[in-house]
Amino acid sequence: MPEPGSTGTERNAASPGGPADSLPSTAPPSRVTPTSIAVWSLVALVGAAGWTVLALSRGEDVSAAWMLAAALGSYAIAYRFYSRFIAYRVLKVDKTRATPAERLDNGVDFHPTDRRVLFGHHFAAVAGAGPLVGPVLAAQMGYLPGTIWIVAGVIFAGAVQDMVTLFFSTRRDGRSLGQMARDEIGPFGGAAALVAVFAIMIILLAVLALVIVGALAHSPWGVFSIGMTIPIALFMGVYLRVLRPGRVTEVSLIGVALLLLAIVAGGWVAESSWADFFTLKPTTLVLWMVAYGFLASVLPVWLLLAPRDYLSTFMKVGTIALMAIGVAVAMPTLKMDAITSFASRGDGPVFAGSMFPFVFITIACGALSGFHALVSSGTTPKMVQKETQIRMIGYGSMLTESFVAIMAMIAACIIEPGLFFSVNSPAGVVGSTVQSASAAVANLGFSISPEQLAQAAKDVEEASLLSRTGGAPTFALGMAEIFSSVFGGASMKAFWYHFAIMFEALFILTTLDAGTRVGRFMLQDMLGNVYKPFKQISWKPGVWLASALVVGAWGYFLWVGVKDPLGGINQLFPLFGIANQLLAAVALAVCTTLLVKSGRLKWAWVTGVPLTWDAAVTLTASWQKVFSEDPRVGFFAQRDKYQAGIDAGKTLAPAKTMDDMHTVVLNSTVDGVLSALFALLIVVVLVDAARVCFKAVRSPGSVRLAEVPWTESKIVAPAGLFPTAEEKAELAAAGLDSGGGKVKEPVA
Amino acid sequence: MTTLRERLARVRHYVREFSGEAAYDRYVAHARGHDPQAEVMTRRAFERARTDAREADPREGFRCC
Repeated sequence: MPEPGSTGTERNAASPGGPADSLPSTAPPSRVTPTSIAVWSLVALVGAAGWTVLALSRGEDVSAAWMLAAALGSYAIAYRFYSRFIAYRVLKVDKTRATPAERLDNGVDFHPTDRRVLFGHHFAAVAGAGPLVGPVLAAQMGYLPGTIWIVAGVIFAGAVQDMVTLFFSTRRDGRSLGQMARDEIGPFGGAAALVAVFAIMIILLAVLALVIVGALAHSPWGVFSIGMTIPIALFMGVYLRVLRPGRVTEVSLIGVALLLLAIVAGGWVAESSWADFFTLKPTTLVLWMVAYGFLASVLPVWLLLAPRDYLSTFMKVGTIALMAIGVAVAMPTLKMDAITSFASRGDGPVFAGSMFPFVFITIACGALSGFHALVSSGTTPKMVQKETQIRMIGYGSMLTESFVAIMAMIAACIIEPGLFFSVNSPAGVVGSTVQSASAAVANLGFSISPEQLAQAAKDVEEASLLSRTGGAPTFALGMAEIFSSVFGGASMKAFWYHFAIMFEALFILTTLDAGTRVGRFMLQDMLGNVYKPFKQISWKPGVWLASALVVGAWGYFLWVGVKDPLGGINQLFPLFGIANQLLAAVALAVCTTLLVKSGRLKWAWVTGVPLTWDAAVTLTASWQKVFSEDPRVGFFAQRDKYQAGIDAGKTLAPAKTMDDMHTVVLNSTVDGVLSALFALLIVVVLVDAARVCFKAVRSPGSVRLAEVPWTESKIVAPAGLFPTAEEKAELAAAGLDSGGGKVKEPVA
Repeated sequence: MTTLRERLARVRHYVREFSGEAAYDRYVAHARGHDPQAEVMTRRAFERARTDAREADPREGFRCC
């Protein structure tokens, strides 16, 4: 790919004062051969065929294979062409420039890491339960809107954000998003970004905990097997600390074996006399979760967090691979409509609001997730071996996460739509018996008989599947359907259902613990400005108080989520989506500002367009959540409706008592205020970023970039997964294997 | 041609790197690379220091949603 003529001046502007920046670009030549043209045309055709079938099918059965074709074809084209364009034209990744891992190599946190290993690390860090939840909820509008957003969103927004953030953070020795916002935008925007991160963390933890509560309530099998992960993790922690330090692989294998045993044993427990003991009400589960969250975050890392992290990482990689194989072999049929009537009417039972903006809010992880910017700035940039690998690690990992989201969408759409709505609607809609649920689903325009509902629950050995909101049970039903058709048959269905529940719960518990710690760390930092000792992480009272505050905050939202007559997921999930997309707006604003400040104004659209889209989505959603007159959508309209009911002494469905009415009023007020606050934060960051960009364009001389100056790299390593012919020659000349490494200094 | 043994060694290498099991070897190699006589921590002490560092700054190794 030839470089444009203006390259020289741009590169100078890219890093004022960096003399070495006048070096020629290192974009590898792109060979256009007849074979490559044929191959890429074929890939494009496969993708196009997938999209055509998905888009044109109405009413007939569509195989999930078409969804895979559409997604994988699009990913391949995007990776080959768009990410390459971003890497070499926009960012101008520089093969000759040493990364922080090379310059500051200390063998511990800064060290050049094999790109394939780092890809695994980065993927394991960004992908958790999020991409499994959002697509399931969004399936209420049919499979098409969600699928289009997952694929287009990741290509043009999500993967771009991850990659560009990773690039800029790498150029700044791995500075965090918050630090970059402060350095490059200013203290005001930086502070807003910090508050945003904290607020999002709280909502995120509450919603994820709510997903677990939804999956485990009244399920002795689930509660027992998830509960067993705690002693398993403790055992692994002691093993690694005392018995055989550092032997992670062997202890993880033991742990996974014990985990599978715990799932099987859960089935025995559910049928034994212990079942009552493990059958917990949602409110009881909340108290357990809060107690657990507090203890887990004050216990030493080695005892619980680190071992469970190993366990969940091994499970994650293994199960995602298994899922891909399962979907590819089973090739299930999508039973959900392409687009349901809820998309335009906006009155769906799972979450309220019409397709725009709420599909784009509901599916965050898997399409565009602001949270990834925290991983892309921080840990990963300190380990990148070569700037050219940022494309594979940043863009590639996010495409993989998007693929996980597509599999979740498939899982949600292959089960009977009637079952889908019975599982995902709030209790106030479906009622508590299979008869009432069957009638409620018929009202929504779908059909399922009470017998079918009872049979579905019996197949997975659960007492009931009604109103098991939060996405996890639906995903587990879909996975059980796919897995049991490939491995083990119908008799294994209950095992696979609980396997999938365990798999999600494991991620969520790890996030709960790690997130509480990060929240506490931030809070201690903030409180430390008021009272110094708070900053010391060894000052126990500070640790306990800050932990209690963080756990109390997410515990509050979890509690109200469980008690809310309107349904916690229904009320809180949009708030979580808005918060996550708000963080994405902060990350994209930082990236756009940096592109402008580094003299790449003409390429600013690469992050500027997704930023505009994201801001439009987030602000529209916040606006509707605050100002909509529809009480299903607008929090304050909802508040007014129920307050009027209280004033008139009436209870309004689904509230059953006056207490319920007061709960709704209080929750709507809190949620409405939070929506308004999130919108305000995003506006502050955007305005501040616009001011900085404007100034940079008006007087380029005033720009100061916090970029670390160029230093020559002595590492030879391939950019992509497989070395090209030239890279192979380079590696061979340096006497290195395909992992690459430092060129040996000639002996003097 | 790569033999089965070589392939297995490669898989083992990848798993060790991915799980962090190789961190200690890397640390020793790093320390000895500069000074072959360098004092190095025992594996036990090194692994403790590693988790304690994570305790000190929980943002390292953070997991996303």
